[in-house]
Amino acid sequence: MTDDLTPLTISDARDGLEKGDYSATELAQTYIQAMEAGRELNAFITETADIALERAVESDARRAKGCVAGPMDGIPIAIKDLFCTEDVLTTAGSHILDGFVPAYESTVTANLKNAGAVMLGKTNLDEFAMGSANITSYYGPVKNPWVADTGPDAGKDLVPGGSSGGSAAAVSGGLAMAATGTDTGGSIRQPASFCGITGLKPTYGRCSRWGTIAFASSLDQAGPMTKSVRDAAIMLGAMAGHDPKDSTSAPQAVPDFEAALTGDIHGLKVGIPKEYRVDGMDPEIQALWDRGIEWLKVSGAEIVEVSLPHTKYALAAYYIVAPAEASANLARYDGVRYGLRVPGDSLDDMYMNTRGEGFGEEVQRRILVGTYALSSGYYDAYYIKAQKVRTLIASDFAKAFESVDVILTPTAPTPAFALGEQQDDPVAMYLNDVFTVPTSLAGLPGISVPAGLSKDGLPLGLQLIGRAFDEETLLRVADVMEISAGFTFHHGAED
Amino acid sequence: MSYVIKGETCDWEVVIGLEVHCQVISNAKLFSGAATDFGAEPNTQVSMVDAAMPGMLPVINEECVRQAIKTGLGLKAQINTTSVFARKNYFYADLPQGYQISQADQPIVGHGTLILDMADGSTREIGIERLHLEQDAGKSLHDQDPKRSFIDLNRTGVALMEIVSDPDMRSPEEVGAYLRKMRSIVRYLGTCDGNMDQGSMRCDVNVSVRPVGSSELRTRAETKNVNSVKFAQQVIEIEATRQVGIYDNGGEVVQETRLFDSQKGETRSMRSKEHAHDYRYFPDPDLLPLVFSDELVAEIKASLPELPDERKARYVGEFGLSPYDAGVLVQEKDTAMYFEDVASGRDAKMAANWVINNLFAVLSDRGVGISDSPVTAADLGKLLDLIADDTISTKIAKDVFEAMLETGDAPDKIVEDKGLKQITDTGAIEAAVDAAIAAGEAQVAQYKGGNEKILGWFVGQVMKATQGKANPGQVNKLLKEKLDD
Repeated sequence: MTDDLTPLTISDARDGLEKGDYSATELAQTYIQAMEAGRELNAFITETADIALERAVESDARRAKGCVAGPMDGIPIAIKDLFCTEDVLTTAGSHILDGFVPAYESTVTANLKNAGAVMLGKTNLDEFAMGSANITSYYGPVKNPWVADTGPDAGKDLVPGGSSGGSAAAVSGGLAMAATGTDTGGSIRQPASFCGITGLKPTYGRCSRWGTIAFASSLDQAGPMTKSVRDAAIMLGAMAGHDPKDSTSAPQAVPDFEAALTGDIHGLKVGIPKEYRVDGMDPEIQALWDRGIEWLKVSGAEIVEVSLPHTKYALAAYYIVAPAEASANLARYDGVRYGLRVPGDSLDDMYMNTRGEGFGEEVQRRILVGTYALSSGYYDAYYIKAQKVRTLIASDFAKAFESVDVILTPTAPTPAFALGEQQDDPVAMYLNDVFTVPTSLAGLPGISVPAGLSKDGLPLGLQLIGRAFDEETLLRVADVMEISAGFTFHHGAED
Repeated sequence: MSYVIKGETCDWEVVIGLEVHCQVISNAKLFSGAATDFGAEPNTQVSMVDAAMPGMLPVINEECVRQAIKTGLGLKAQINTTSVFARKNYFYADLPQGYQISQADQPIVGHGTLILDMADGSTREIGIERLHLEQDAGKSLHDQDPKRSFIDLNRTGVALMEIVSDPDMRSPEEVGAYLRKMRSIVRYLGTCDGNMDQGSMRCDVNVSVRPVGSSELRTRAETKNVNSVKFAQQVIEIEATRQVGIYDNGGEVVQETRLFDSQKGETRSMRSKEHAHDYRYFPDPDLLPLVFSDELVAEIKASLPELPDERKARYVGEFGLSPYDAGVLVQEKDTAMYFEDVASGRDAKMAANWVINNLFAVLSDRGVGISDSPVTAADLGKLLDLIADDTISTKIAKDVFEAMLETGDAPDKIVEDKGLKQITDTGAIEAAVDAAIAAGEAQVAQYKGGNEKILGWFVGQVMKATQGKANPGQVNKLLKEKLDD
């Protein structure tokens, strides 16, 4: 084989395939080797090398006939194992879905397949997408390809963030050119930040949820995890679109997102929410945020301070709404029809045995929290109150977007931490989502762009938040910020 | 009329509210495209959505929404152009999602009314609290295997309308009238087939009792899944007696769900308090609020068929039928159509009498419905025509009707074959009259002596001589003329 093809981005590969520098089959083979060589990261639950090669061959055949399906044709990608894939084991990172092989393909992965993308495998994730460190997976934790050069975690195995930790690690580690993720409270953006890649959570309703295993239906949204903002734009175009099978999917046309990357943000207004300057914020994160503000200012944007006064209630509201929905969404995993069944003397015993063994601790915790929040006598105090907060947070953003075009915040309060840390305190773990959750509650698009390194050499991301269904402006600003950041794609000590 | 239970210390009246579940007539289920045919092989009408496969999402079936609106309009109820689907959470093996998609705070149909037609011809208005759309559950089959239960998901996700009444009923009789009227309305509308024996209409019966004269609402017990009018009435009697017994013994009725055992004729507590369900209703985040326009409601309203109440009023107003007869005739749309075919161009009262007094008796003897009537509306009409044009007398007509039932022949053919044509030839009748007078000297004397009742003897003689075929009017007239001479 020729040069190493793994550093290529989607836009690079699109051009290279076009020019005939290499074939989709060669790309697939390269990535299959990388995927196999990188097993130590535990990024994949299921590798689908055969499918990848088959689709790559088909892609090359299409290209030979001059009927390329689009910019994703022949691009080797990884699929978060929350998307149901026809005839391919789909686990959601859970024991309870043991042996579950769907007879259907999720709309998002079907869209990608139709766009010619080549599936390399199914990536690891926090069980049912519940987690911020990819440590709740039944299939074991994922390792972040990055390693700290200095500091207390130097040389230790780091978490990739979660829940789309496998996808983030795969892209960051060069095991896939891009990957799908899903984001409920930050599950694309936070791992993107931890792994030094780009992660875009589109507007709620932009991508169909049909065939994606549900965590919290009113928040779940699929999105691309890529090596560049341009790649995110290209891949989102292939994933998005109205789907009549999902009642919450928006009947919105899919624009040419890549065309929005004009490099020109003169006159755009960037909001800086004062409430995000939380007490005890890591000075490194603060410094990074200030740098981001400076880059955008220098690029011609106007910086405006905005107020999102209900931000401080977001995390609490999220941890009512999401578990409440999850408690119902996960009721179907009962051992009756598919997946794990642990027998019992009665139906109730079978339920208890199956769900007791099949669900991990974090999932059980959230089911309990959600069940409690919906219980008679507590419903008004928790669920209804949380929904009210949600409405207030959405109107905070609506008000802010009257005067700005995008909002800039940090993505996560810290860089990646060592495996084993923060594991005993679920609330400390939940704090990882403090900057990403408000966007999710408001249904708005958010993107994490790698913007720099911590003093210990770990990647840090900045988050841009956009208006509903205005991913174009969001991507345009993100692209400019990415260029300004000049982020170098290296993995620390090991490189 | 009023239904009173004698207690030890006082008389009690019963307060009843019903929740009727009507399976919506539609080709597909409420949130999936799977078919809804009754009696299909188990698990052959199940989509991925119905089986609650991971990642599957519900999409509302507009036809079911139209059917619910139609039913709401038929119940003269308020139609809510915005309503919300909620999840009702509980675990059961035949409930694949682990929740039923239903409507809680914001149902599609609000308050309406249903008019009861009582046996004495009076009517009573019963309030409808609400109608909401929800999914049916599947079926658990416990009798197929000694150790295991089998699950049939064909019914899973089929659309139901739950119609909740106000606690306005006071007797088993009213409950019977309510269920029959509800069935009648949904059948007229074509929104539910109303077949309680197939389970496409079933009800939960809420019963409480209170001292006569009191207006309080005491604790009620709910008996689930009652599947016939007779059983519903039985449940009320059983529950009323049980509850009065509890109060008589100084106890308190417990709010609970009970199960009716038709074999033993008793209700039993279904679940104890500690197993009481907390359904944890919350708006289903997979579905947007159900919103439709006033125009849609108007369009559906314009397409409503004539409903039993309106039809009854027409029968009373136009045809001069008694409210009771009209009520009986309109109850089933097919019966009303049959009646109208018979009455068309004829004496409607006579048609009503024949349908109610003669045909209904036969149908109930044979246990068949009007659609399987051994006598067609056309033939019954012809029979009435034969009476009207004096071809046969009413008395002979009854014999002809019997013959029609036996042979299935048309009435004119029977009259012809059996020579039952009425004698209207004055000469022939006069001869028979003369013969009777000649043969009854003693009776003539009695008549002349003032005993007019003896006229019947002469009529009998004439009828005997003519095998009943003489026109009775003519016979009477001639007899009187000759005897009064």
